[in-house]
Amino acid sequence: MFADYSMSELGAIFAMQGFAGLILFSVFVLMALGLAIIFGQMGVINMAHGEFMILGAYVTYLTSNLFADHLPFLFGTYFFVAMIFAFLISGALGLLVEWSLIRHLYKRPLDTLLATWGLSLILQQTYRSIFGAREVGVSIPDWMMGSLPLTDLIEVPINGIFVMVLAVSISLAVYVMMFRSRWGKQVRAINQNRVMAGAVGINTEWTDRLTFGIGCGVAGVAGSAFTMIGSTGPTAGQLYIVDTFLVVVFGGAGSLLGTIASAFSISQAQSIMEFFLSGSMAKVLTLLVVVGILMIRPQGLFSLKLRK
Amino acid sequence: MQSSAFMTRKELIGFLILAALIFIVFPVALDNFRLNLFGKYLTYAFVAVGLALCWGAGGILSLGQGVFFGLGGYCMAMFLKLEASTPENTAIQSTPGIPDFMDWNQLKELPWWWEPFYSLPIALAAVVAVPVIFAFIIGVAMFTRRVGGVYFAIITQAFAAIMTILIIGQQGYTGGVNGITDLRTLMGWDIRTDEAKTILYFVNGALLFVVLLVAQYVRKSKLGRLLIAMRDQEDRVRFSGYNVANFKIFIFCLGAAFAGIGGAMFTLQVGFMSPTLVGIVPSIEMVIFCAVGGRLSILGAVYGALLVNWAKTSLSESFPELWLLGLGALFIAVVMFFPNGLAGVWSEKIEPRLLALFNQKKPSRPTPDGAPAE
Repeated sequence: MFADYSMSELGAIFAMQGFAGLILFSVFVLMALGLAIIFGQMGVINMAHGEFMILGAYVTYLTSNLFADHLPFLFGTYFFVAMIFAFLISGALGLLVEWSLIRHLYKRPLDTLLATWGLSLILQQTYRSIFGAREVGVSIPDWMMGSLPLTDLIEVPINGIFVMVLAVSISLAVYVMMFRSRWGKQVRAINQNRVMAGAVGINTEWTDRLTFGIGCGVAGVAGSAFTMIGSTGPTAGQLYIVDTFLVVVFGGAGSLLGTIASAFSISQAQSIMEFFLSGSMAKVLTLLVVVGILMIRPQGLFSLKLRK
Repeated sequence: MQSSAFMTRKELIGFLILAALIFIVFPVALDNFRLNLFGKYLTYAFVAVGLALCWGAGGILSLGQGVFFGLGGYCMAMFLKLEASTPENTAIQSTPGIPDFMDWNQLKELPWWWEPFYSLPIALAAVVAVPVIFAFIIGVAMFTRRVGGVYFAIITQAFAAIMTILIIGQQGYTGGVNGITDLRTLMGWDIRTDEAKTILYFVNGALLFVVLLVAQYVRKSKLGRLLIAMRDQEDRVRFSGYNVANFKIFIFCLGAAFAGIGGAMFTLQVGFMSPTLVGIVPSIEMVIFCAVGGRLSILGAVYGALLVNWAKTSLSESFPELWLLGLGALFIAVVMFFPNGLAGVWSEKIEPRLLALFNQKKPSRPTPDGAPAE
């Protein structure tokens, strides 16, 4: 199958395919980070995670319309404002959901799963009623359009690079929050031993709520980033949920590094196989391999030793 | 009666009431179209009963029951499709004698794994065997490694996703997103007539009762008690010398077999099978049928499937927007306020009042045990 291509063309194809894989990697990392916080640290299954991302995407859409109508001279920068809004609004909804729903179900993880699925249905219908069933897209600022020619054959789209930069910076931000901030220390302490953490004076209830809120906020930022590479519809969140959970579980719940490593391996495997097989078969094979590995090694790639 | 007997008097009355509803009330009160609809709802009840055993009694939440429902349904549909695709019926195709969707996808001959489905006995065996084998592989891989709880739920959900993508992607072999449609006869007997649909409804009802009786037997057997013990204190059961994994594998396979039978009956009554009944969304909806009915109660599961589907049909006919909101609220409400579903509401709220009322009218009768003192 390679006979028709010259060496340089082949190199270009692999480079482009590798770059497509890197964009997919960034998307997976963005999707999974919020879930890695919520599921990895708290053990809560949030099936509405995709809907929190879509909320961020819709917030970005609204912000871009606002800037286009009222502040056209600042349009090039609207995206940064939108990301902050997306974080705040998704995070606030997360706090509300934790307070009203999740905190009653901590002892029943399977029930949390069903309740958050119900929440996701309600959110989907709400989006459909407000924004319509059709997908909406944002207008991308001029500086993000077009592509960067690296050589004669290899071109990389600027919005793809932007999403990659975002994924890296958000991962760094989450890392700093988890391992350098007071909140992160408290979260990890609670994860290791809830009773003792409470005994030494950590407000475990409030930390749980904040953790859930921050996880949802990160999901919102991820959704905001997605508007740069695709359009947003009310049911788009559901498409991501299986991938996202598999990325987090495959990486080993509780390990941030594991999440990133698993996002990298799954995305690269998928995009390389997509070149040889049809898109759907590549997806099926990737998922099967991931599930197969999880059956042999249920704790995932990187596992933390915890006393249960 | 002793509670260790196969069925207490109260349970017997429950079974008889359900039998009266399915075999007498529905056929008399509903027209042919509605009766067929209720027959369709009852095929989901097979899955819900299986879930009541796996999830309610065993504590294993599978979000992939749609896969087993679909496997059973596809096995049946493959037989019916081959029977409908005789060379005479498909003479206009470029390759007569193969199913129409294969011809549209430029297949020249029947794939080898379709061949066995020319035979009805093999197809009927496959309806049960294929889901069970599949469940056995998943079960052995997961339960012997002590994967359970939410991990099991997520992985079974991934299987539901894989199955849908596979069916849609391989449309030359599976009929793709439209599924296997245009099914006509079963051994020469036209299944599309009103009369045939009524007969199939009764066959479906009878099979459901067989499944219910098997489920009741399992619940009352030593296995059923062990399941509940495992759900609550898995380690203690293990330390008592039982092989926990084997019991879980068995109950998971049993649930898959029930779902497979339900899927086959769905194909027969509705006349098609498609990936929309296999994926993530239908699989999790099947869980809610069971949760609404009361996850511990096998009869409740049947009522749950009937009620939720009936509400879905009537609401989505008139207010399609309301249905998703209602379903979402139902998920939350059942989990937050009625963890034991309708069966819980019945045994905690309605039954004591009924008994109290009954006792007031006939004070001479002795108080049945279980009635609360007021």
